[in-house]
Amino acid sequence: MSDNKNDTSSGLSFQQPSAIDLEKRKFLITATAATGAVGAAAMAVPFVGSMLPSERAKAAGAPVEVDISKIEPGSMMTAEWRGQPVWIIHRTDEMIAKLDHHADQLSDPSMDVPQQPDYCKNKGRAINANYAVMLGVCTHLGCSPNPNFAITADWDGGFVCPCHGSKFDLSGRVFKGSPAPTNLVVPPHQYLTETTLLIGVDGKTEA
Amino acid sequence: MADKKIAGVGGVMASLVDWVDARFPLTSNIKNHLTEYYAPKNFNFWYFFGSLALLVLVMQIVTGIFLTMHYKPDALQAFASVEYIMRDVFGGNIIRYMHSTGASMFFVVVYLHMFRGVIYGSYRNPRELIWLFGVGIFLVLMGEAFFGYLLPWGQMSYWGAQVIVNLFSTIPFIGPDLSEWLRGDYLISDATLNRFFAFHVIALPMVLLGLVAVHILALHEVGSNNPDGVEIKEKKDKKTGIPLDGIPFHPYYTVKDLVGVVVFLMVFAAIVFFAPEMGGYFLEANNFVPANPMVTPNHIAPVWYFTQYYSILRAVPPIGISQFPGVVAMGLSVVVFAFLPWLDRSPVKSIRYRGTLYKRWLAAFVVSFFVLGYLGTVPSNVWGTFSAETPLVGGMDYAKLVAQIFTVVYFLFFILMPWYTKKDKTKPVPERVTY
Amino acid sequence: MRNILISILLALPLVGFANEMVIKEKAPVDLSNHESLQRGARTFVNYCLNCHSANYMRYNRMRDIGLTEKQIKDNLLFAGEKVGDTMTVAMNPKDAKRWFGAAPPDLSVEVRARGADWVYAYLRGFYKDETRPTGWNNAVFDKVAMPHILYELQGVQVLNHETHELELVKSGKLSPAEYNAMVGDLTNYLAFMSEPAKLNRIHIGIWVILFLGVMLVLVKKIKAEYWKDIK
Repeated sequence: MSDNKNDTSSGLSFQQPSAIDLEKRKFLITATAATGAVGAAAMAVPFVGSMLPSERAKAAGAPVEVDISKIEPGSMMTAEWRGQPVWIIHRTDEMIAKLDHHADQLSDPSMDVPQQPDYCKNKGRAINANYAVMLGVCTHLGCSPNPNFAITADWDGGFVCPCHGSKFDLSGRVFKGSPAPTNLVVPPHQYLTETTLLIGVDGKTEA
Repeated sequence: MADKKIAGVGGVMASLVDWVDARFPLTSNIKNHLTEYYAPKNFNFWYFFGSLALLVLVMQIVTGIFLTMHYKPDALQAFASVEYIMRDVFGGNIIRYMHSTGASMFFVVVYLHMFRGVIYGSYRNPRELIWLFGVGIFLVLMGEAFFGYLLPWGQMSYWGAQVIVNLFSTIPFIGPDLSEWLRGDYLISDATLNRFFAFHVIALPMVLLGLVAVHILALHEVGSNNPDGVEIKEKKDKKTGIPLDGIPFHPYYTVKDLVGVVVFLMVFAAIVFFAPEMGGYFLEANNFVPANPMVTPNHIAPVWYFTQYYSILRAVPPIGISQFPGVVAMGLSVVVFAFLPWLDRSPVKSIRYRGTLYKRWLAAFVVSFFVLGYLGTVPSNVWGTFSAETPLVGGMDYAKLVAQIFTVVYFLFFILMPWYTKKDKTKPVPERVTY
Repeated sequence: MRNILISILLALPLVGFANEMVIKEKAPVDLSNHESLQRGARTFVNYCLNCHSANYMRYNRMRDIGLTEKQIKDNLLFAGEKVGDTMTVAMNPKDAKRWFGAAPPDLSVEVRARGADWVYAYLRGFYKDETRPTGWNNAVFDKVAMPHILYELQGVQVLNHETHELELVKSGKLSPAEYNAMVGDLTNYLAFMSEPAKLNRIHIGIWVILFLGVMLVLVKKIKAEYWKDIK
């Protein structure tokens, strides 16, 4: 604006625009910038989207079928779902009975933190109390806890994390005093037959 | 109330700019390179391609970064990882086609940009250094394209690299060792792929960015040429010191270039979405066959932007059994552009004021560029062969003779330039640009 | 010299049919025809996928040709595979090479490498040739290692060495028209498989071009507005 005075008198090739022009230009620039922003956002879609899990990752993370008929009572097996260990523990009736014993020592015995699907918010944290299904990943920093099923006077069987000593019972509920803040995660799952488990979907919500 | 608020935001912005200016030359750089960089007002169609080249460079870098997230530089996985990008990665096909189309469009834009420089004499004093940096950019770009072309690990990638690397083995004495060193193996292999990947994604892009920066800095130091070849800095406004025929780059050329950018993007998008193979010129059918060191495809040819030089390579006869003369000729056909500033002896810069002699030579050069370009894409027996009884050329392919003739024309354009530009009847150049 | 130039010019019109092969018909490729693609997919799974893999193609990609995951599972999958798997084969490439003399190529991008018209001609181009170990040769792929898998359907063709045409000497289960339709569907499927997202990118492209058209109008207006200042 300050050099407005020299535009008409000099021989320069360009002149300062009038106030009306400035108004019109402001409008045109706003309209173009807005349209351009829409275009830029659309352009970003493939680039941002390309960093999502690919079809290969999705296929590798697809629900897995597990045959649970071979698990001895009182022992467990580890299945792989999305590259992570999923424990399936065949609990004996004795083990199930013991679950009540130590409720007072647990951080979250009533399972208020939603670490499990609603249909597993029950005493055994399971659809079928004899089979507990949970993600074998410590809720503290992601190590995989070790099973310790030997029942002693002050241990009803459960898991101990090798990294920082978090303790969990056979339902994956965390004991007070552990660094882990919450219970182990129960993944969505369903029974296809009595002995075939499908981990990853429950027919209600796709995880 | 509302006005006050805006003034408040503006005030914060102004003080932020002041804060930065005290520590970094922000405002002065914006002035020097945009708002008070005065460009001639008579730029025409040919002046779009500089900014478009910059646009394509940015697109190649961005798409390249995202491809690198998924691509595997491993002979066993490279081909599959490209198909993985094409199928399994969300948006991967679009990113990949943008990159492959961008490679070809980079050369389209750069060739047109170079042609602009030739017809308007933009390489002449005082812009020789801009031109030399530009030739450097062109050479690095060729390297970038060559290294990148191996990465999809298809048959054309593989055998193209095989042929080009073997060109180095024709160099007397050190050749065979040199090409082995370049490959890191006795044939093009995983080791070669891995190092070409390093050159393609790190080494050459960095050199390219540096050269582009000095190319633009040098340009803004001396100022732009224009279709009249008139130095606008020689006629300045007495009060302001602004060239009389100059206009601020921003806003006038930013808004003009924006039109060019949108038109270019329309062409670009049409190729990416409707014809990414471009009839086999941008993506070759044989490159959808995984690299196989045991089987050479029937017909191998470089991508279209290299075929001119490939034609020259094939056209030059060997000395004895040495193919070295062809290799030298091919190298010269690229490097010779660097000598233009000193070959041109015309008193005028722009083609507008040159005589017919120059125009004819230029036309001959353009024709030979296209003919050689075409012949490089086809086998040399494409037009048939002279019968054995024909004197002098018996048994020779027609197309080879044509390529030889045009190779001579190609080089004569440069070699005879000092003579015909001096002898040419030029027209008087106006004082000021015409608009 | 003038004679040479003239002969060069005379040679020019010869370009084009110097390299021509026996491919005369265009393949009936229509990527929007889901029924044809589904029939082709079934043929592919039943006949080709025993030896030829499609290692880059996931079964569940066939959602793009109108199939549900359940339909894919029930009709196209054999035991043990998941819908997210790629179309692999159990055959070991080394064994295959010993049996056929050449490993059957992966067909994921075959149409992009050869062209749909070639594939269509190839599938119809088998003829009886006792000089070949398999007893079969192909009009567009001389000395092909692959035997004629579909001969029960097509019947037996021989090559007439005078006309260079194929002639059907023994009918198969399908009439020539039915056989052409079947391999046409198969070719269509192979074309789809070579670039499953092709139709999708074309649809996106139309919107991109329309959007850029709007941008063009706007930036041209801005340019005209600013350049009023230039004398």
